[in-house]
Amino acid sequence: MSIYIRATGNISPQNTFGHPPFLKDIVEYSSNRLSCVEPDYKNIIDVKLIRRMSRIIRMGVAAAIECLQEGEIPVPDAIVTGTAYGCLEDTAVFLGKMVEFKEELLTPTAFIQSTHNTIGGQIGLMLKCNNYNNAFVHRGFSFESALLDAMMLLNENDAQHVLVGAIDEITNASHSILNRLGLFRQGSVSNIELFSSRSKGTLNGEGASFFFLAKEQSDTDYAKLEGLSTFYKPADNNEIEDHISRFLSKHSTTFNDIDIIITGRNGDLRSDKIFDDLDQGIFKNRSVLNYKHLCGEYPTSAAFALWVAVNILKRKELPVVFNARRNNPMPPKRILIYNHYLGIHHSLLLVKAC
Amino acid sequence: MSDLKTQIIAQLNLQDIKPEDIGNDQPLFVEGLGLDSIDALELIVLLQQHYKIKLSNAEDGPKVFRSVRTMAEYITAHQPTNA
Amino acid sequence: MNQPIYIAGIGAISAIGYNADECLDALVNSQPGMATMVYFDSVHRQRIPVAEVKLSNDALALKTGLQNTKSRTALLSLSAAKEALDDAAIPGLDSLRSGFISANSVGGMDKTESFFHDFMADPQNGKLRDVIHHECGSVTELVADQLGIKQYITTISTACSSSANSIFFGARLIQNNILDVVVAGGTDALTKFTLNGFNTLMILDEKYCQPFDENRRGLNLGEGAGYIVLVSEKVADTLSKKPTIRLSGYCNANDAYHQTASSPDGTGSFLAMSGALKKSGLDASEIDYINLHGTGTQNNDIAEGTAIKRLFQAPYPRMSSTKSFTGHTLGASGGIEAVFSVLALQHGFVFPNLRLETRMKDLPFTPDTSFIKDAGLKHVMSNSFGFGGNCSSLIFSRS
Repeated sequence: MSIYIRATGNISPQNTFGHPPFLKDIVEYSSNRLSCVEPDYKNIIDVKLIRRMSRIIRMGVAAAIECLQEGEIPVPDAIVTGTAYGCLEDTAVFLGKMVEFKEELLTPTAFIQSTHNTIGGQIGLMLKCNNYNNAFVHRGFSFESALLDAMMLLNENDAQHVLVGAIDEITNASHSILNRLGLFRQGSVSNIELFSSRSKGTLNGEGASFFFLAKEQSDTDYAKLEGLSTFYKPADNNEIEDHISRFLSKHSTTFNDIDIIITGRNGDLRSDKIFDDLDQGIFKNRSVLNYKHLCGEYPTSAAFALWVAVNILKRKELPVVFNARRNNPMPPKRILIYNHYLGIHHSLLLVKAC
Repeated sequence: MSDLKTQIIAQLNLQDIKPEDIGNDQPLFVEGLGLDSIDALELIVLLQQHYKIKLSNAEDGPKVFRSVRTMAEYITAHQPTNA
Repeated sequence: MNQPIYIAGIGAISAIGYNADECLDALVNSQPGMATMVYFDSVHRQRIPVAEVKLSNDALALKTGLQNTKSRTALLSLSAAKEALDDAAIPGLDSLRSGFISANSVGGMDKTESFFHDFMADPQNGKLRDVIHHECGSVTELVADQLGIKQYITTISTACSSSANSIFFGARLIQNNILDVVVAGGTDALTKFTLNGFNTLMILDEKYCQPFDENRRGLNLGEGAGYIVLVSEKVADTLSKKPTIRLSGYCNANDAYHQTASSPDGTGSFLAMSGALKKSGLDASEIDYINLHGTGTQNNDIAEGTAIKRLFQAPYPRMSSTKSFTGHTLGASGGIEAVFSVLALQHGFVFPNLRLETRMKDLPFTPDTSFIKDAGLKHVMSNSFGFGGNCSSLIFSRS
């Protein structure tokens, strides 16, 4: 059985919504907080519904709508979402009022919006979709869990197509807290120059990326999703390399068949050490490119990486912004994505051109 | 009633609607403005927050919130007098 | 793809017991767990009864070995998950592919609430250690690390259907040959966030709840955790205590009607129950007992009741809402009620639906109000319906 990625929808800190030219018009940031380039939601979502949607819900719903429109399927057989933080703004609003008014005079809207499956639920509601609807909220595995659920549904024949996506937002509160935890670069910093200097800290990012997976091939598919693997708190580099090698051989592939490797290097010299080691080891002389200078670091960023990978394969383009060494002749046929979040959640994705 | 309309718009986040757009006798729920049960709960808080009126029985909601006029009448009838 | 999935172990902690056996005892003896708040603090203390686990965080820390500075959600989770794994007593567990699929609705919110209070005054205030386990997934990892499970870990959060979803996701991981053993279920602790949230929806009962009663007033919030250990047939064969209970059916469907209210004809519930029956290959008439979602709210009980009326015929299966004992434990409810469903099957018991005085006039059936033993149960259905129209139904069967 093959799984085709038939459509995508992506709202990110770059110009990615509305299927514009692929990463040509790059947005540069000079702070450690990358915010999404958002569309005018009134053109996409019914105004009557928007009033009850906070920012993250609008982002998720709009990206999902874009994906469904491209896929030309009115109602998917399943909707699966992944989010690490959920609806943070709504959570903070309700918490804030609770503290301020000492548990009196509270209103329901923020509370209802704060439940983690609200985005998937809203999409289902808008489409009147009575089918399977699930939401994973597990840090750096949120997207990968959603993707695995989607792949299993297709494998079990319980669905012919699945809408799967990941959404995470930055709020003032979350940025402040994560900053206090020492995650980000301080002072003036350009995202484009993120990998030029070796320093502690990365950039905060956010995004809403949706994919339409189908069992049946179509003329307009982006790519085939060949494999997914996750591993948790590996003990050392050996264990990481072992996972990568076993993943490739499970899919009857070797590094010679991989045209491009996309890594989750995030500019923080501590978490990038593994990529430095791999660059000298099993990734040596390979065509490796990074993506977090474009979208920032956040638990579900692998969804952005997947979006990059499938666009490279479909459009047969390798945007200049990646500054990638090109070893193999264009167009690339197979891409491996390896990412980790905080050294805790590691994931591998394998995609192939159709 | 004009103030009430402004408060309703703010409480329910009714973007693109101005106070002039809401008729005094226009049904608020189902038809008319098309509000739902969550909006009813929001309006209950509005009564408490702005007018210090506690609507403890949610079932009275449909009657009280039928239109801006019925809301205004209820407020006038139940507003605690300033000591 | 359709290999049988066995239940090798169970674990639970709730307002009615510190472990599955104690909960069973309370269910058999009609001893519910609602009371005035003792360990939990809120301005609504005198007005709103809750179903607390009768242990302080210090006591839970002592019981589980996790520090008392960690979220109560994690403490409850570890208690029940460890009990389930010990109950399963799987030989050679280290050499098997094992996973922990948990669920909760608001993660470490109990700690975040204290943090936020200080943070709001000044963003440089608030103890960071109180907020680092805010996320749903962080709570799961605290427990997974204690259990020693690392092959596959994830968290589902779909409001009140969360742990039912995590249970059948775990089963599918085994059926897709990704894992051999899965500890699956969910947890939730009482928090001001959820208490006040439900209060704004005006669906809390100021008295002890009366699920499926014509004059029901709403739900009582509860807390706790419930997990079951799912194993493949191959692993089941290695156990000294051969399991006899299987997860034979499951389904998730969406009501797609409203963010929080259920459709009047119970569409989502109907689809979830009929989907679970289809998956199990059973006919509706073969279900012997339904552990109802039965929260006690006006809306849920009529929607669920209507869906049952549509799907089943007379003679209707026995049914009861054990939320009349434990309150509504939100993210833990699917897991706790799965444990109760397994207990019902193992012992042939039907647990009573407490405090039901007036049957619902629109339904041609009513839940059982007395404890029944020797009920001869072969197939039990457990329902869990949540916000966002998320409806799940599980079926357990005895071999």
